[in-house]
Amino acid sequence: MIRYLVKRLALLIPTLFGVVTLVFAMIALSPGDPAQAMLGERANKESVEKLREQLGLDKPLGVQYVNYLKRIAVLDFQNSIKTGQPVIQEIRARFPATIELSIFAMLFAAFFGILIGIVSATHKNTWVDYTSMAGALTGVSMPIFWLGLVLMLIFSIGLNLLPTGGRIDIRMYFTPITGFYVLDSIIYLFKEGNPAYLVSVIKHLILPAVALGTIPLAIIARITRSSMLEVLKQDYIRTARAAGISEHKIIYQYALRNALLPVVTVIGLQFGLLLSGAILTETIFAWPGIGKWIYNAIEARDYPAVQGGIIIIATTFVFINLVVDLLYSVINPKVRLS
Amino acid sequence: MTDDTTLHIPEQSLFRETIVGLSKNKGAIAGLIIICLFIISALGAPLIAPHDPVRQVIEHRLAKPFTPSYILGTDDLGRDLFSRIVYGSRISLIIGIVSVGISLSFGLIIGTLSGYYGGWFDRIVMRLIDIMLAFPYILLTIVIVAILGASLLNAMIAIGISQIPQYARVVRATVLAEKENDYVVAERSLGAHDLELMLRTILPNCIAPIFVQATLGIGDAILSSAALSFLGLGAQPPTPEWGLMVATAKEFVTSAWWVVTFPGIAILLTVLGFNLMSDSLRDVLDPRLKD
Repeated sequence: MIRYLVKRLALLIPTLFGVVTLVFAMIALSPGDPAQAMLGERANKESVEKLREQLGLDKPLGVQYVNYLKRIAVLDFQNSIKTGQPVIQEIRARFPATIELSIFAMLFAAFFGILIGIVSATHKNTWVDYTSMAGALTGVSMPIFWLGLVLMLIFSIGLNLLPTGGRIDIRMYFTPITGFYVLDSIIYLFKEGNPAYLVSVIKHLILPAVALGTIPLAIIARITRSSMLEVLKQDYIRTARAAGISEHKIIYQYALRNALLPVVTVIGLQFGLLLSGAILTETIFAWPGIGKWIYNAIEARDYPAVQGGIIIIATTFVFINLVVDLLYSVINPKVRLS
Repeated sequence: MTDDTTLHIPEQSLFRETIVGLSKNKGAIAGLIIICLFIISALGAPLIAPHDPVRQVIEHRLAKPFTPSYILGTDDLGRDLFSRIVYGSRISLIIGIVSVGISLSFGLIIGTLSGYYGGWFDRIVMRLIDIMLAFPYILLTIVIVAILGASLLNAMIAIGISQIPQYARVVRATVLAEKENDYVVAERSLGAHDLELMLRTILPNCIAPIFVQATLGIGDAILSSAALSFLGLGAQPPTPEWGLMVATAKEFVTSAWWVVTFPGIAILLTVLGFNLMSDSLRDVLDPRLKD
């Protein structure tokens, strides 16, 4: 296990190095002068020169690259052009919002995805199975930015049940503690006995989480179904049936445990992808997370912010994938051998 | 002559088997119908669309749908929504073909060389692919568009590049599996040239998985380019691109539900068509995956 871990960690170094280099190339290769682009067409020469100097863009490319690597190594992503704040601080302030949204999207996706997958597999080739799988395929094909708008159209504008955006009712003067609003509002519930915060936070979470979770839900349902069918064919299930054990027990105790092995991997991989799916969802629901922030940074051509944001997301993605692989090798020892 | 027939028999039977398999599959038929409608709409756009897709009739702005003059209503500038969606299929078809063309050709070359020769070339390629896969897909396309500048062509290039790893991996895996087979070894010992071996012997075995991947890839490309255009990183106004249409309709979501709804349905249906097709193709071409 230790050897496997060391090997995986060693493989991580060139990948992260490549990620960082690619992001550097993104700025170096972009046509025109980044400083000019950031300040806009009408900026005067002196201020462009000043910014170039400030960002180190006046130095030769090689020197720029070495300086850049030195900075990244200590997590210094310079200051945002737009706000003047250190990029790392801005990311830290917004990361909890994205993580919270992703966790709830994944809870929604995993719960319903696994449930639909099991029901489909146990009702194989019936209308229940066909409808669920047609639904799952529709989910995989879903443009989530559009789904977000349609959900908003129905539940916010049409039925007036849920808010159109944000994380909490702005009239509530909510002071976050950890940045995870669900956690914070629960803390307030215990401290002040006021459930209003929690209700508002949950209401704001529902639509973005459903929109973001739809594609993973569909993928999880499809994987669960095929994995369940695979397991149900095994001899030990036949033996269990022959022994007269109830079908319910066979499915939920004997089969599900093994069928969930590949599902765990998919959930992990999808969780990493949610971080980027958040760019679309957060933009629609005005969710103040890292996705919307990167989108705004790209629009404003705030290069230090774009660089920092992309490096952080890609690194998180790589680490989540590593953890998923390691977890998988723990629950399925066969993997370690190959 | 005999040589020729023996070479073609398996291919033909694979083709026939695929057609027979697909015709029994309801999903494949549904997918095929959607894809055909999509292609007809793209090719025959000027004949099908009742109005000019970019002509603005301001006095008819936000006209309600399901009326004789505007079947799906008009948008905020008084342009006929149905005509824009019909012309949009043209753009989406081009996006699908160009993006998949890029990823397919690079993926094929890289995957074949990498699988066939192995060694340092393979190691470098695999490393590069790992780096590309270290970016979540949408983010990678955004990064590339940010380098190239926001336009529809650049969005297609970005999507094409981001999908190369998938093709390269599929091809590499097939080549690796095929190259040690007795028939390849036999041809090699008979003096077949490397290039000849790759093109004539190994690559035909990649057709099935590549075809599945490409069908899936077209749907993916349409979906991603719509997302990029929605973010303002793809097609620019007044292009009748579906994602862009959803983006510009966003502001009118409270007053005119149809401007948001219909272009999205077009995206969903088209992508669903390609996904249905790719799913059924995989079932038919790879019997191991059948339940």
